[in-house]
Amino acid sequence: MRKGVLLVLFTLCFVLSLFAPSHSGFQSDELLVDDDESSSVPKSDQTTVTTPSPTPRRKFSDSDSDSKIQFTLEHAFGDSDFAPAGTFSARLKTSAHGGQTLTKLRFSRNALTDAEKENFKNLVDGDDFYKIRLPSNVLSPPGKDFVVTSVRARCLPRETLDEHFVIHTDGVNILGVNYGAPAPCSYPRPAKLPSKWSFNSYTILKNTEQAPRTPLFIQDVLKNGEEGEGEVVAPPERSFWAKYWMYVIPLGLIVVNAVTQAMNMPEEQASGQPGGAPAAPGAVQRAPSSAARRR
Amino acid sequence: MHKNPSSSPSRSVYLVTLIDETRREKKTLGKDFSSAMATMLRVFLLLLSLLSLTAPAFSLYEDQVGLADWHQKYIGKVKDAVFHTQKTGRKRVVVSTEENVIASLDLRHGEIFWRHVLGPNDAIDGIDIAMGKYVITLSSEGSILRAWNLPDGQMVWESFLQGPYSSKSSLLVPASLRVDKDNVILAFGKGCIHAISAIHGDTLWKKDLEADSFEIQYMIQASDSDVIHLVGFVGSSQFDSYTIDAKSGELIKHDSAAIPGGYSGQAALVSSNTLVVMDSAGSTVTTISFHDGKVTFNQTPVSTLIEDFVGKAIISASKLEGLFSVKTGTLTLFVRVTVEGKLEVVNKVDYATAVSDLLAISEDRQAFAFVHSRSTDIDLTVKLGADWNHDLLKESVKMDQERGSVKKVFINNYIRTDRSHGFRALIVMEDHSLLLVQQGAIVWSREDALASVIDVKTSELPVEKKGVSVAKVEETLFEWLQGHVLKLKGTLMLASPDDMAAIQALRLKASGKSKMTRDHNGFRKLLIVLTKAGKIFALHTGDGRIIWSRLLNSLRQSATCEAPTGLNLFPWHVPHHHALDENPSVLVVSRCGPSDDALGLLSFVDTYTGKELSSASLDHSVVQVIPLPFMDSTEQRLHLLIDASGQAHLYPKTSDALSIFRPELSNVYWYSVEAETGIIKGYALKEKASDNYSFDTRSIWSIVFPSESEKIIKSSARKSNEVVHTQAKVIADQDAMFKYISKNLLFVATVAPKASGDIGSSTPEESWLIVYLIDTITGRILQRMTHHGAQGPVEAVVSENWVIYHYFNLRAHRYEMSVIEIYDQSRADNKDVWKLILGKHNLTSPVSSYSRPEVMTRSQSYFFTHSVKSIAVTSTAKGITSKQLLIGTVGDQVLALDKRFLDPRRSVNPTQAEKEEGIIPLADSLPIIPQSYVTHALKVEGLRGIETVPAKLESTTLIFAYGVDLFFTRFAPSRTYDSLTEDFSYALLLLTIVALVAAIFITWILSEKKELRDKWR
Repeated sequence: MRKGVLLVLFTLCFVLSLFAPSHSGFQSDELLVDDDESSSVPKSDQTTVTTPSPTPRRKFSDSDSDSKIQFTLEHAFGDSDFAPAGTFSARLKTSAHGGQTLTKLRFSRNALTDAEKENFKNLVDGDDFYKIRLPSNVLSPPGKDFVVTSVRARCLPRETLDEHFVIHTDGVNILGVNYGAPAPCSYPRPAKLPSKWSFNSYTILKNTEQAPRTPLFIQDVLKNGEEGEGEVVAPPERSFWAKYWMYVIPLGLIVVNAVTQAMNMPEEQASGQPGGAPAAPGAVQRAPSSAARRR
Repeated sequence: MHKNPSSSPSRSVYLVTLIDETRREKKTLGKDFSSAMATMLRVFLLLLSLLSLTAPAFSLYEDQVGLADWHQKYIGKVKDAVFHTQKTGRKRVVVSTEENVIASLDLRHGEIFWRHVLGPNDAIDGIDIAMGKYVITLSSEGSILRAWNLPDGQMVWESFLQGPYSSKSSLLVPASLRVDKDNVILAFGKGCIHAISAIHGDTLWKKDLEADSFEIQYMIQASDSDVIHLVGFVGSSQFDSYTIDAKSGELIKHDSAAIPGGYSGQAALVSSNTLVVMDSAGSTVTTISFHDGKVTFNQTPVSTLIEDFVGKAIISASKLEGLFSVKTGTLTLFVRVTVEGKLEVVNKVDYATAVSDLLAISEDRQAFAFVHSRSTDIDLTVKLGADWNHDLLKESVKMDQERGSVKKVFINNYIRTDRSHGFRALIVMEDHSLLLVQQGAIVWSREDALASVIDVKTSELPVEKKGVSVAKVEETLFEWLQGHVLKLKGTLMLASPDDMAAIQALRLKASGKSKMTRDHNGFRKLLIVLTKAGKIFALHTGDGRIIWSRLLNSLRQSATCEAPTGLNLFPWHVPHHHALDENPSVLVVSRCGPSDDALGLLSFVDTYTGKELSSASLDHSVVQVIPLPFMDSTEQRLHLLIDASGQAHLYPKTSDALSIFRPELSNVYWYSVEAETGIIKGYALKEKASDNYSFDTRSIWSIVFPSESEKIIKSSARKSNEVVHTQAKVIADQDAMFKYISKNLLFVATVAPKASGDIGSSTPEESWLIVYLIDTITGRILQRMTHHGAQGPVEAVVSENWVIYHYFNLRAHRYEMSVIEIYDQSRADNKDVWKLILGKHNLTSPVSSYSRPEVMTRSQSYFFTHSVKSIAVTSTAKGITSKQLLIGTVGDQVLALDKRFLDPRRSVNPTQAEKEEGIIPLADSLPIIPQSYVTHALKVEGLRGIETVPAKLESTTLIFAYGVDLFFTRFAPSRTYDSLTEDFSYALLLLTIVALVAAIFITWILSEKKELRDKWR
C-alpha cells in the first residue's frame, strides 16, 4: 500500500518535472489561474516579474526589429493627485507587416515612502480606493487618455501588499488594466495592514483572442452521419461507486445491522436471563386458558 | 437532469430517460434481444430527439389567433394629406407621416385601406395625386420618386433622381401641363429639377440649376402657362428666382438679389409672384415681389402691425390668396398684402391656430380654413380666400382636453344635399392624434401617438375585491343554448364563417381576459406606454384597448421648455402586501431639449387613473437614471439621477430616503459609455454630499479604446430585474458548471472605424469586430475576442451568464450570431460532496467584484439568414423555464429561437448523455422554423423594440413588440407545463369521473349481491 503511494508520488513528480520546462516553452495567453504559475517569485522591494508573452512567435522573427520601451505606472490615494509608482519596461516587436506588439513585460515598483504609507493607512481606515493609471499609448504617453483603474485599499494587504495586473493591449495601445489582489477579497472587508510594506506584483500581458470560426462542415456532418449508423458509441466508463452504489449501500446497511445485532446479542444473553425467567411460567399458564375460553 | 428543468425544456426528455431505464432492465434477458432492442431504441430515440427539435416551440391553430394576442395598426403623426373624393366610390385621404408611412385612409371610418412603411432613412418630403389614380411621393431629400396605385397601394413605378448636392426638395403635380401627351410631374431635389412622366416614371428632362446650396421654397406654376417659377434662397441673405419652361426644361430667366435684413427660414407665398419672409431677427416682415424679371423688396416691422410686440414672430408657411399669418407668442395675426405691397392686419386671434392651404371650391373661388383651440373645444372657420368678412362655415367642436392644441388642418369640400358647399377638416392635434371633423362633430379619431412608443412598463391591475361582482350580466337560457349549439356546430365542422366569428367572440367573452382586475395567472396587466407626443397611454394586455391616456402638462411645449422629449418610464411606487389598496405610480423622466445638458423634468403618474400626481422641473440635466433597489417607508422606489456635470441627485428628496441611502453610499457604482470618444468610465459616489440630496462623484476606472482601430457601436447590459433560478448547470457527465452571474456585466462591441459604414463599404481585411465583457464595478475586462472580417450593425442581448450578438461576416457574406457563455471557476471546487458536508464551501460567502474573477468562457458562432432589428429574450417569474430568443427580423416579425440552438457546447456527434441533456448536433446555421414566428401571420411594421414581461405563471412570458404597429401576445417557451390548455375538455374529465364512480358503485352492488348469494348457498 505504501509502495503504491510512493509510486504515485514519484510519477506525479516526474510528470510535473516534465511539465515545468514545457510550460516555459509553451507560451500561453491564458489567464493564469493559480498564483504559483507566475514564473518567478517576487523579491521584497524591487519586484521584477516576467510573464510569458502572449504573442506567438512569428515566422519572420529574424527580420523583426526590437526596441525597448518604458512607461510609468502612477498611483493615487483616494482623490489625491497621481504620482509615479513604478516602471514597466517591455520589448516592442515590429513585425515585417508593420504591426507592433509588446512582449517581455517587466515591472519594477518603487518603494513606498513614509508619506505614502501614511496615505495608504488612511485609505485602509476609510475603505477608500487605491487608484493606478497607465498611459493608453506606450509610444506617446499618455495617448488619448490615461487608463485608470482602482481597487478598495483593504483588498491589497496580506503579508505584503499583493497586487495583480492584467494589461490588455492592442499593439502599442493599452485598453484596460484588470487590477486587484490575486487572492479573493471577501466582503465585508476587514481593515488590516500589511506586516511588510512592500509590493508583491504579478503582471500579465493580454492580447485579444480569436473568435472561433463558424463551423463549415456540411459534408462532414453528412459523412459522419452515415458512418455513425454503424458504429456503436461506447458508453463512458463509470467508476465502481457510480456503477454499484445501489448494491453497496444495502449491503453496507445489512452489515451494519448485523453488527449491531451481534453487539446486542451478548448483552441480551447477559441481562435478559434473570428478568425473563419468572415471567415465562405465567405466560405459559395464561396461554392455554385463553385458548380454552375461545373454544 | 430532472433537477434542472432550465436545461431540459421539453417533455420528451423525460420520456427518453424512461426508455433508458427500460433498456437497462431488458439487458438481463439476453444479449441478442438487448442489442436488437438497442438499435430499435436508438432509432426511436433519434426520432424522438428529432421530434423534440422539429416540434415548434410555439405554434397555434388558425382559430386560436386573437385569443391571447392582439395587433394594432397605426401610421404616426400626419405631415401631409391629400383628399381623393371626386369620383364616386370609396372616399379616401392619402397621408404621409413623420414615421415615414404613406397610408390611404377611409374617410368614413378612419380605417386603413393600405399602408406602406418606408425605411427609417426614407423621409417623405412631398405627396400628391397624379391623373386621379396614382399617389406620387417624393422622399429621401428629393432623391426617390414613387407612384402608388390609389385603390390598392401597389407600387406602379419608382425613379431615382440624381443631383450634385443635397438640398430641400419640392414636388409639383400640375393638373393641366402635358408634354407629348404625357402628364408631367415636376420634382426638385439635390439641386436639379426633373420632369417625370406620370405614366411610367421616365425622366422627360432634367435641368441642373448650377447653383450651390440653393434651398427651394416654392415651385409655382403660373396660371395657364407652361412656365414654372422656382423661388428660394441661397444661404440666409440671397433670394433667387428661376423661370423654367416646363415643356423643354430650358432656363428662361434667373434673377437673384440680396434680401435686406436676412432670412429666418420661413416664407409664405401670398400670390404667384409675391413671397413674404421673416428676417433673421424675427422682427421685420419682408415682402418680395418678383415680376417680369424685377425683384423688389418691401420691409415692414412687425411692431407696426401690432402694438407692444416683443420677441420673435414666425410666419407659418402656407399658401393663401393675398393673406399670410404671423405668430407672435400667444397671438396669431392674419395680414393682408395689398397690390402695392402694403400690409394690413385683418384679424387677431388669441389662441394657438392652425391654418390650412387654399382649396379651390369652384372655378374662381378658393377657400381656406383655420382652426383655433380654446380650453374645451376647437373652432373651425372656413373663409373665402379673397373675402375676409364672409364665413363659409363656422363650427365649434367639443374636444377632449387630453388632445392638446391643434397643430395642422387639411380641408376638403363636398356638395351638400341642398347643393351648397360643405367642408370636412382633417385635424392633427398636439398629441399626434388624427381627427375628421364634419358637420360640427368628430366623425372619427385615431390615436396615432402610439406609433412612436419610447418606453414601456407594466403595472399590475387592482385586486378583485370581495363583494363587488365584476361578472358580466347573466345570459338567458336561450343564449346559453345558442352558444352551445354554435360550439357543437364548430366541432362538427358545420359552421359557416359567420358562425365561426360568433364562436370566436363567445370564446373571447368566456375567457374574461379583458377584466379590470388581477388574474390568478398574471396575464392581465396594464401596459404603460410613453410616446414621442408626450402622451402616456395605459393599454390592457387582454385586448389592447386604451384604459386611459394623458397628455402630460410637463411634456407640452412651453416658454420655459422649448422641445420637451420623453426619455424613460420607471416604476415609482409599487404597493404590495399591506398597502394593496394604494394605486401604483410611474415616474416619467424627460428633458427640455434633444441635447444631454438640457434641464430635466419629472412627473409622477397614477397608473390606475392616469392622473398626473405631481411634476417637477429640475434645476439640473438628466443623463442617466439609476433605479436603486431600496424603498422608503411609503414604498417609493429610490432613484439616482446623474446630470451632465457628473453630479448624482437622489429622489425622492425626503430625509427618510436619505437615511436609507446613506449607509449604501459606498456601494453605488455606475458607468458611462462615451461612444464618440471611445472611452468607458466607471464612477463611484463621494461620501460627502455637496448639498442634502446631491452627491459628488468620482471616476474610478476607465477603458480607452484606440481611436485608430476601434469604434464603439454597441453596448448592452443585463436587465436589472431578471431572475436566475439555478446558479449551476448540470452537464451530461454528472458534472456541474457554475454560471458567472453578475448584474454588472457589460457587453461592448467595437469595429474598425473604416468598417463602421454600411455593409460592403470595406473589405474583409480592413474590418474586424471586437467584443468585450466588462465588469462595471472594477472595469475589469473579463473577455476580449476578435472576429476578423466582421462588421456591424451589431444587435446583442445579455441574460443570465451569456451574451448573444448578431453581426455581418464579410468573408462568408452572411449574417452570423455568436454566443459567449461565461462560467465561474472559483466556485468549481464546491462540487466536492465532502466539502459541502464539512461546510468548507464558499457558496454562502458574498461575492465581491474586487476578488479576482476566475472565469472561463465558451463561445461559438452560427450563420443566421436574416438581418435583425432587435433581439430580446423571454423572461419568466422564477427563471426556471428555459429561454428563447425573440428576434425582430427584417420582415418586421418576431421569431422565437430556442437558446439551445445557440449553445457553445454543441458538437458534431453529441454523446448519448449529451443528447439526453438536450444538446443539439452542431450545424453551421441556425434554423428558421416557420411555425415559431410569434407574430404568426402578422407584421409589426417598423419594429423598433421587443419587451418581455414575466407572468405569474412560471411557464409563460408576455411579449410586447412595438414599432409603427403594436403587437402583444403571451408565449410559453417550454409550452405550458404548469397549467392545462384552454381547450382542455373539463366536461370529458367530469364525465369520466362520473362514469368511473358509477362503475365502482355498480360493481360494488353486484359484488355485494354475489357475496350474499354465495352465503345463502
